[in-house]
Amino acid sequence: MKVAAKTANEAMAEAMRQINPDVVAAYPITPSTEIVQIFSQFVADGLVDTEFVPVESEHSAASACTGAAAAGARVMTATASQGLALMNEVLFVTAGLRLPMVICEIARTLSAPINIHCDHSDTMDQRDTGWMQFYAEDSQEAYDLVIQAMKISEEAFLPAMVSADAFILSHSLQRIDMLEDKEVQSFIGKHKTPFNLLDTDNPITVGPLDLQDYYFEHKRSEAEAMREAGKVIKKVFKDFGGKFKRKYDLIEEYKMKDAKKAIVIMGSTAGTAKEVVDNLRADGEKVGMVKICVFRPWPTEEINKALKNVDYLAVMDRAEGMSGFGAPLFTEIRSSLYDGEKKPDTYGYVYGLGGRDVKTGDIKEVFDDLKKVENGKKLARNSYLGVRE
Amino acid sequence: MAKKKEGWKELPIGAIIIEPGSSKKFKTGDWREGKKPSVDKGKCTNCMICWISCPDSAIKVKDGKMIGFDLDYCKGCGICAAQCPVKAIEMIDEEEE
Amino acid sequence: MGINLKELSKQEDLFASGHRACAGCGPAVAVRQALLASGKDTVVSFATGCMEVVSTIFPYTAWEVPYIHSLFENSAATMSGVEAAYRALKKKGKVKKDINLIAFGGDGGTYDIGLQALSGAMERGHNMLYICYDNQAYMNTGIQRSGATPHGASTTTSPSGKVIPGKTQWRKDLTEIMAAHNIPYAAQACISEWRDYMTKVQKALSIEGPKFIVVFAPCQLGWYYKKEDTMKIADMAVKSRFWPLYEVENGVHKITKDPKKVIPVEEWLKLQGRFRHLFKGNNKKVIEEIQEEVDARWEKLKKLEEAGI
Repeated sequence: MKVAAKTANEAMAEAMRQINPDVVAAYPITPSTEIVQIFSQFVADGLVDTEFVPVESEHSAASACTGAAAAGARVMTATASQGLALMNEVLFVTAGLRLPMVICEIARTLSAPINIHCDHSDTMDQRDTGWMQFYAEDSQEAYDLVIQAMKISEEAFLPAMVSADAFILSHSLQRIDMLEDKEVQSFIGKHKTPFNLLDTDNPITVGPLDLQDYYFEHKRSEAEAMREAGKVIKKVFKDFGGKFKRKYDLIEEYKMKDAKKAIVIMGSTAGTAKEVVDNLRADGEKVGMVKICVFRPWPTEEINKALKNVDYLAVMDRAEGMSGFGAPLFTEIRSSLYDGEKKPDTYGYVYGLGGRDVKTGDIKEVFDDLKKVENGKKLARNSYLGVRE
Repeated sequence: MAKKKEGWKELPIGAIIIEPGSSKKFKTGDWREGKKPSVDKGKCTNCMICWISCPDSAIKVKDGKMIGFDLDYCKGCGICAAQCPVKAIEMIDEEEE
Repeated sequence: MGINLKELSKQEDLFASGHRACAGCGPAVAVRQALLASGKDTVVSFATGCMEVVSTIFPYTAWEVPYIHSLFENSAATMSGVEAAYRALKKKGKVKKDINLIAFGGDGGTYDIGLQALSGAMERGHNMLYICYDNQAYMNTGIQRSGATPHGASTTTSPSGKVIPGKTQWRKDLTEIMAAHNIPYAAQACISEWRDYMTKVQKALSIEGPKFIVVFAPCQLGWYYKKEDTMKIADMAVKSRFWPLYEVENGVHKITKDPKKVIPVEEWLKLQGRFRHLFKGNNKKVIEEIQEEVDARWEKLKKLEEAGI
């Protein structure tokens, strides 16, 4: 184990170096550019065996990675925001072909207007692609999750993206514990692939045309893979935790044991929220926080279990979703809770769009709102935290 | 009777097709619209131009000789008859021998 | 090397019968001929389009070589990844064979929506061959105009009507665009000149680096001619100099077939329903424009060849 000071960009690049993929096809975009730059230097210095393909757009990055994965290579790339959006149609293909791959993703908002700062609109936009989605709270998680995602992806035969908040994590220096190179290699093991395009003795056709008589069955099969992915993820998390003493789970329950008021949150703001929860607990408040680490596959059982005794719940969305009623995380939480015996009174907050800073005071405001509801006051079902009216 | 189609559990992963050339199970020969090719082997010089011009690989060849037509797949386009440099191929009525 | 049909005919056809291409399909011939030239140790990537659709309707595949299709505009990018993987895995000893890598696309997936990916792949120098089968329109979706559609042609999105006589724009010269990428080999070929075409495919595959061939492949449905005339229409395109057969090797232009009996382009246009409107009323001047352009382009090509550039 080695202690290092790394931004999430640097940490993810280090994880990539240690994984030493066969192919990386990548295109720069702020604020993930550094990952690609650092990795290019690794290639130039002979620190990795990777064939680096400096593609001319993110669409080609995802396409080249898909081709390489089909050809039996271990592949990774890095992107953010518009780049991820440009990859969108390819991501459906990668998942449909059941190809393992990891994207080191920096969660930056989508235009228009253009903004290079953090929110989850880019990753939320990809939630239907069939990719597994992980959200890191800090540089340590970014590093650990990238390594674990590689293994998970090759076990589940589904591609994965690991997101770290733009600038807040990607560019902030944090203390992380790094594994040794050989520990990473030993953990991820030999590359696994569902099929091999380069086997000319057994020629296969990848990416056929389905008519109405087969498409549904193929998609049903893919859906099952996503359903089963939770088990694969837990197994790999357990394995990692056993070897390296850092425990991951689909969700993290923070002081939830007897919590009556709670928030659900993803990404770096979870760290801020933990501090607020600590302070409120010190004042005797029974509050807690659920952090979602794995957004896809959606951890419905774990969420219902964690929230079953909560009376008042605030769901924090760092993306609007533009549905006209409720942002993505809010909608999915409520959908899960609908089947529960006891349904917490659930409120949605959209916060931090376009890198809007979120302070402990803001999070405390949310808990204060829940307290007001507890005391009989009416609260808007959906509101915005920190926007100027 | 048509083969029963597979359920989702029986299909190969990632929608791949594992059997190369499985299109041969689909006989396009019934696309012909009343005319089929016929060759006069007396005139044929085995130049192979018909074979290289056929979009459907429906010219039968063996040991460098043109031996006939694969009527299971021939779509009756007539390119072979049009291209034959010695006019050894003509399109005749389907019912003719 | 040398293309010997009798010898080739003993090879297994790697593009099997039973595909759903139209009777008389030019692109099907183009694909068949390319694979005969390339052989069994070939991996193919394909853009969405006619050939992809007709050859891979699940569970039927006409492909007897490994094949990957992902999207419309990314055949070159997908193959870039396959090529990178091939290099990586060969270095590690996980792949032992020498494999020909060919990315295919129609004119739709190459001249237009696929141009970026193709340009990037050529610029990066991947060891791959890109073959564009040019049937001069987006045929699979119903004959819409593309950047390869010739001036004056009627398509469903550039129809000839009372006011406009078909496509008003001129086609892109993709071969020259590719040559300008300074790749070691770029060429124009035609299915009717199969020896020239297959020689070019084999030559390209023997060269290290990015290579490009665009092969003229008439579409009987979209060009409205009699389906048995596919090879004849292709041949006349060469004889009229509308489609010169040439190659650009290391930047030097060389005409590979100088038609001895040159025919006026009008004779070629006359046989195709997509140009029928040009023979009516005022539209005749378009035919003159087409002939002028063909002549000018041929003269330029001859000058480049003569100058050794």
